[in-house]
Amino acid sequence: MKWLLVAIVVLTTTVGEVMQAMGMKHHGEIHDFSPNALGRVLAALTRNRYIVISFLAMAFSFFAFMALISSADLSFAVPATAASYVLETVLAKALLKEHIGIKRWAGALLVTGGVTLLSM
Amino acid sequence: MKTRVFTIIVILTNVLGNFLLGLGLRDVGSLVGRSPLAFILALFNPLVAIGVGLLVAWMLSHMALLSWADLSYVLPITSIGYALTAFMGRIFLHEQVSPTRWAGVALIVLGVILVGHTAPRSRKPEAVAEPECMLEEVLTR
Repeated sequence: MKWLLVAIVVLTTTVGEVMQAMGMKHHGEIHDFSPNALGRVLAALTRNRYIVISFLAMAFSFFAFMALISSADLSFAVPATAASYVLETVLAKALLKEHIGIKRWAGALLVTGGVTLLSM
Repeated sequence: MKTRVFTIIVILTNVLGNFLLGLGLRDVGSLVGRSPLAFILALFNPLVAIGVGLLVAWMLSHMALLSWADLSYVLPITSIGYALTAFMGRIFLHEQVSPTRWAGVALIVLGVILVGHTAPRSRKPEAVAEPECMLEEVLTR
């Protein structure tokens, strides 16, 4: 049950975050942080389909995560769900066409290794 | 500067939000296999409520940050939160942190320093047009 919840959290988090990044890139950089401008941004985002899908995925991810940490230690739950890292970095390159140089790959691998050690 | 401020907000709201959520759910008890009503009722626990509020702030600041920074930049940088979670567990919950875990924290910090030396944005905004077209096809099918 614990690992099924971890799998659900990892998959929904990956879909949610990649879609969120895609939706925000589609929207464009936020420059103006006045309340009015942020209101307009939020209104525009509710019509952004990537953001809508990302919210659905993240809502799933959130409730699965809540179920997970209600039954398992936080120090198990947080690192175990970090598998979404590797998946997301690969998708950032494949889908979002991000340029991932040697430093960034090395950094991502170190982080993944570190998170794995944390979960042991 | 903008990237730095938002990175710090994203990290702090995530660490504190998860911490309070975990603390609150300890009082509530296991939610596995319980009805959706149990999840809703759990939100009325004050610690859970504050935790959820912080996670909403995390989500919004994360979205703002992603509007200009790469996902492959934001992901590793904000992972310093894992290291902070270990420190918070050690200090506030008196959890035992083994040498293996401290080694994990060290690796994460090293990784964050490396990624921190790369530019937050690797490509021009219009470069994302291509994958979007691909996805649009998939989504409208």
